[in-house]
Amino acid sequence: MPDLPTTWLGLICIALLAYVVLDGFDLGIGILFPLGRDASERDRMMNTVAPVWDGNETWLVLGGGGLFAAFPLAYSILLTAFYAPVIAMLLSLVLRGVAFEFRFRTERWQRVWDLAFSGGSTSAAFFQGVMVGAFVQGIEVSDGAYAGGWFDWLSPFSVLCGVALAAGYALLGASWLVIKTDGALHARMRSLQLPLGGAVVLLIALVSVGTLFVSAAVRERWFTLGTFWFLWVVPAGTTLLAVTFFRAVRAGREILPFVLALGLFAAAFAGFAGSLYPWMIPPGITYYEAANADKSLAFMLVGALVLLPVILAYTGYSYWVFRGKVDAHGGYH
Amino acid sequence: MAFDAEWLARAQFAFTVSFHIVFPAFTIGLASFLAVLEAAWLVTRRAVFLQLYRYWLTIFAVAFAMGVVSGLVMSYQFGTNWGPFAEATGPILGPLLAYEVLTAFFLEAGFLGVMLFGLERVGPRLHFAATMMVAIGTLISAFWILSANSWMQTPAAYALVDGRFEPLSWPGVIFNPSFPYRFAHMVLAAYLTTACVVGAVGAWHLLREPANHAARIMFAMAVLMTAVVAPLQLVVGDLHGLNTQRHQPAKIAAMEGHFETRSGAPLYLFGWPDMDAARTRAAIAVPKLGSLILKHDVDATVTGLDAFPRDEWPNVPLLFWAFRVMVGLGLLMIAYGLTGALWAGRKRLFTTRWLHRWALAMGPAGFAALLAGWFVTEAGRQPYVVYGLMRTSEAASPIGAPGVAGSLTAFVVVYCFVFGAGVFYLFRLFARPPGAPAVSPTSAGPLRSAAGRELMVRGSEHDHA
Repeated sequence: MPDLPTTWLGLICIALLAYVVLDGFDLGIGILFPLGRDASERDRMMNTVAPVWDGNETWLVLGGGGLFAAFPLAYSILLTAFYAPVIAMLLSLVLRGVAFEFRFRTERWQRVWDLAFSGGSTSAAFFQGVMVGAFVQGIEVSDGAYAGGWFDWLSPFSVLCGVALAAGYALLGASWLVIKTDGALHARMRSLQLPLGGAVVLLIALVSVGTLFVSAAVRERWFTLGTFWFLWVVPAGTTLLAVTFFRAVRAGREILPFVLALGLFAAAFAGFAGSLYPWMIPPGITYYEAANADKSLAFMLVGALVLLPVILAYTGYSYWVFRGKVDAHGGYH
Repeated sequence: MAFDAEWLARAQFAFTVSFHIVFPAFTIGLASFLAVLEAAWLVTRRAVFLQLYRYWLTIFAVAFAMGVVSGLVMSYQFGTNWGPFAEATGPILGPLLAYEVLTAFFLEAGFLGVMLFGLERVGPRLHFAATMMVAIGTLISAFWILSANSWMQTPAAYALVDGRFEPLSWPGVIFNPSFPYRFAHMVLAAYLTTACVVGAVGAWHLLREPANHAARIMFAMAVLMTAVVAPLQLVVGDLHGLNTQRHQPAKIAAMEGHFETRSGAPLYLFGWPDMDAARTRAAIAVPKLGSLILKHDVDATVTGLDAFPRDEWPNVPLLFWAFRVMVGLGLLMIAYGLTGALWAGRKRLFTTRWLHRWALAMGPAGFAALLAGWFVTEAGRQPYVVYGLMRTSEAASPIGAPGVAGSLTAFVVVYCFVFGAGVFYLFRLFARPPGAPAVSPTSAGPLRSAAGRELMVRGSEHDHA
């Protein structure tokens, strides 16, 4: 039985991964939004996620709230270090979130909210990736407080990560729309899957190599301790997923490519988490040092173990209720 | 006071939380109202209740979306601007907020989709269950966030270990001394806020179309709700005040403009508290009434601000006046509710035009009273963020003033744009006459309008059956 901080590290990772895959396709639809030819196509794109987007975004609230609750030191340092990108991400999510309601309330301003939806989604995805990159690079800390500068988060590597995450979300979005739509929109999204998939694989490779250059800790992990895992298992697994993805797209499958794209995200996440374990704030603070009091962790664990399965059950129910394709009139069939 | 980083961080928190709180307050009340409307439809099968449900559901969706996105910002702001606070209070407040996410936010978000779009797909009974889940979720959310806020006002069941507040007993933390009063006060405030809005919308349509059946029903429901809840709020507010008197006497002294400790203290109706001169100028006072209200005894001794060191005084004029705004609006609501109930008894509720105009003017009263009340309680605990234990100045992140000023500017610009547009759309939705099926293509998205029209037809079939 792992101890409390380790259990909570696992739970936060699960919440983060759940957020990335669930809000990932949701933000991806926003990124692809300008590809909708007319208002009715864009309506359909949005309607494929309208009933579930709020639930998807709640995982981000759980990520923030959970980090505060389980690792308050990390919450305080990370959010101070990533001040500007966090605020940019939050404001982007405000703009794209209200667009779900606002664009159905107006004709004259519909294009404005279309732009808020696509621009907000794209920039939220980009800044999330930037923060992942800046996290890998490491954060300057002294006396338990952030000691770096205002723009430490900005670097070629973090920008590369931002682009990679946005591309990954777009791939998830396109694969989701293949499942949920038909007709011309469906065909266009299907034709995007191969080039987007290729771009994502290339970006994953670039980010992986880049990681070695920006982080000594990761270099050491890959070439000394975990050589077998990082040089063989994760790359081989990722390649296998990518090849299967391309074959599934060529074979005209609808659901399988989406699942495999999620698999690519899971593999990238595993590589990322494995490379940085046990650092909560690389390169100096472990998750043990950042963990909350045991009493607090134990109190929350009871709730999490009871409630998370219930949450997954009714979230699954909601997806089940809105299963099937969204047709031109907006209804489901 | 200089515009330093701490001041700017406080301004940013005050700005974002004030924008945020009005939407949850409105949707807490609206969710319960929708549950009542749907229950009324299921029991009576009268189409008008389904029409009203759909009418307010569209409004709920817009307000809820604004509450969600502005709330997301709040969950990160403890870290961005208040890092040392987050570290010190993490063991206590972290779990409370985590439970809010796990028990309330997921519940609301999980069933919101079914509530908004799912009536056709799941049938009326399951749909009603979804509405209930959302309504219960809003109340659970209020429970946790008010517990967290109350703990910061009246900290309990903690031990200070290495500069961190560690919990000694969870029931002691959650049910801290001011929590039950603050929770009851806030939920009633949310109900009153919603009742004021619903009443104003109903009244506006009655002024234009006195025979509109749906407008009559919503107006009657809102007025009677106000008649019951507004007087109840007076009682709860009084109990909350007595509780504050016990735990935060400096706050009460500032609210009342009492600078000196004395027996048989007067009640200042109006005046200008002068902090430099330490007295309330130009006061219109009722002798001994202050002691009667605060201690329920005309000769009791009431603690004044002179009992506290100068650097522990909150902003006295702000508290004094915000409190008077809240109480004044509350008394107006009581008068409006009781007059409405009386006129309903005389069967003249729907034909008395001055009453409708009054109701229309009361539309924003709930929001104004709510914000004024929160200003009293939040400004009233200054200079502390955790009352008596952690000063606000110790709580701010080491971010330079230009950084905080930049983000504050970004928040102001984006919020004014987004929420300005949102409020405009809400007004447009209020302007739709209730009762008639929505046919305008702009009034709903395809997913919504297709389902909506069908339901209207279904609803009226039930009516004839």
